[in-house]
Amino acid sequence: MIPAGFDYLRATSLEHAAQLLASHDDDTKLMAGGHSLIPLMKFRLAAPTAVIDISGLAELRTLELEGDMLRLGAGLRYRDLEFSDLVRDQLPLLAYASSTVGDRQVRARGTIGGAVVHGDPAADLPAVLVALDATVVLRGPAGDREVTAVDFFLDFWQTAAEPDEILLEVRVPAQPGRAWSYQKFHQRSQDWAVVGVAAQQRADGSHTLGLVNMGPVPVRARAVEQALADGAGIAAAAEHAAEGTSAPTDLRADGEYREHLARVLTAKALSEAGAG
Amino acid sequence: MKHDVSLRVNGTTTDDTVESRQLLVHYLRDTLGLTGTHVGCDSSNCGACTVLLDGVAVKSCTVLTAAADGAEVLTIEGLGSTEDLSPVQQGFRQCHGLQCGYCTPGMVVSATGLLLDQPSPDGQQIREGLEGNLCRCTGYQMIVESVQWAIENGGPGAAARAHADRAVQAGKR
Repeated sequence: MIPAGFDYLRATSLEHAAQLLASHDDDTKLMAGGHSLIPLMKFRLAAPTAVIDISGLAELRTLELEGDMLRLGAGLRYRDLEFSDLVRDQLPLLAYASSTVGDRQVRARGTIGGAVVHGDPAADLPAVLVALDATVVLRGPAGDREVTAVDFFLDFWQTAAEPDEILLEVRVPAQPGRAWSYQKFHQRSQDWAVVGVAAQQRADGSHTLGLVNMGPVPVRARAVEQALADGAGIAAAAEHAAEGTSAPTDLRADGEYREHLARVLTAKALSEAGAG
Repeated sequence: MKHDVSLRVNGTTTDDTVESRQLLVHYLRDTLGLTGTHVGCDSSNCGACTVLLDGVAVKSCTVLTAAADGAEVLTIEGLGSTEDLSPVQQGFRQCHGLQCGYCTPGMVVSATGLLLDQPSPDGQQIREGLEGNLCRCTGYQMIVESVQWAIENGGPGAAARAHADRAVQAGKR
C-alpha cells in the first residue's frame, strides 16, 4: 500500500514549520513519527495534499523538570520517554505506559505529540495525561496557548488544536515517589487496549484515574475519585468506573464487556496504586 | 513532488530522486535491490520490513524515503555476509530459528536492535523485545533460543555496533 500523492515538506525550524503551515491549505498535515498518519494515508483514510515533517526539530525535544512540572517536547518519541531516567523518576506512570505502546519499532518512531494531536481514545498516553492533569501548549499565528488535557480531547480523533496550530509541548506535574498503576487489557502484546486504566496517587494521598477506550475521548474517572474521597474502599469505588462513559462496541469487545473490564481493571489499578 | 535524497545504506552512499510518497521499504527493495527486507503486512504490525535506521530498529513500511534523507540504514544484507554471519544470523542457523523464513530478516534485525539497546536480555525480555515481529510458523521458542545463542557469542555483531556508534556520534541515537 502506498499513500496517495502528496508533497513532502521538511521543516528546518519551528518558525519554518509555521510558515509552511500558513502557506499551504487546510489539507496539510504535520508529521512527527508518522506512525498514525502514514498508516492512515496508506489505508486512504487520510489524503493530505502536503505533509510537513517536524520530526527533526530540536525545538520539539525539550525534556526537563521546571519546578515540579515536567516539560515534554512534542517530538519526544515513546522510546525517549520509556528510557529516560528523568521521566522514570518523576513520572513513572508515563514512562511505563509509554513502554506498553505498540511495539519496540513503533516506539522508536511514534511521539507523545503525535499521540496527543491524533486524539485516539484507544491510545495509551491521552488517558494517562488526563489522569495526570497534564496541559498542552499550542503555538498558532496569535501566539501560544495552554489547554488542559481534559479540555483538549473533543471527540473521536478530534482535538482543540486548530489547523494552523503546532503542539509544542506537554506539561505534566511530576509525581516522584508516589504509587501508580497502568492496567492495559489487550489480547496480543502489540494490540491497542481493549480497555486501559491509569491511576496516580497524589501528594495528599488521593488518587486520579484516566480510562482508555471507554468513549470517544479519554475519560477521567471522576465518580471513582469522588467515591474514594468520600471514604469508599477499593471495591466499592471501582464499581463507579463505568459511570459517565460511553464504551464503544467493536470487533474486539462490546460496550457492556468494556464496562465490566473498566470496573475490574480500576480495582486492580487502585490496589496497585496504594488506595484503600 | 520529487526529492533528491542521499542515504548511507549498508555502508554505501546512495543518491537518488524519489517521490514524496515512496516508502523506505520500496526504496530498499525496488531501487537498491536489497530484497532481504520483506514486505509482510504492510501496515506496521508484522515487522518483516524491520531495518536499523540510525541505530534503532524501525519498520521501513512506515517510514518515507524522503524523511530518511541523510540517515544511515543497515539492512539484513549489511549485518554480515554468507561467509561471515553476524552472531544473530549465526544464532538463527545454529538454533533452527526459522521455518519458512519469511519473517526471519525482520526477526534478525529486530533482535540485533534489541541487543544494541540491552546487551543481555533474559528470556522474557527477549520475548517482549521481539513483540513487534510476527512469525506465522509460530517458531517463537527457537527464535528466542537463537537470540540467546547470539548473546553468548558476540551480541549484535561488529557491523551493527559500528552503525550504532556512528548514529551516537552524529547525535541521532
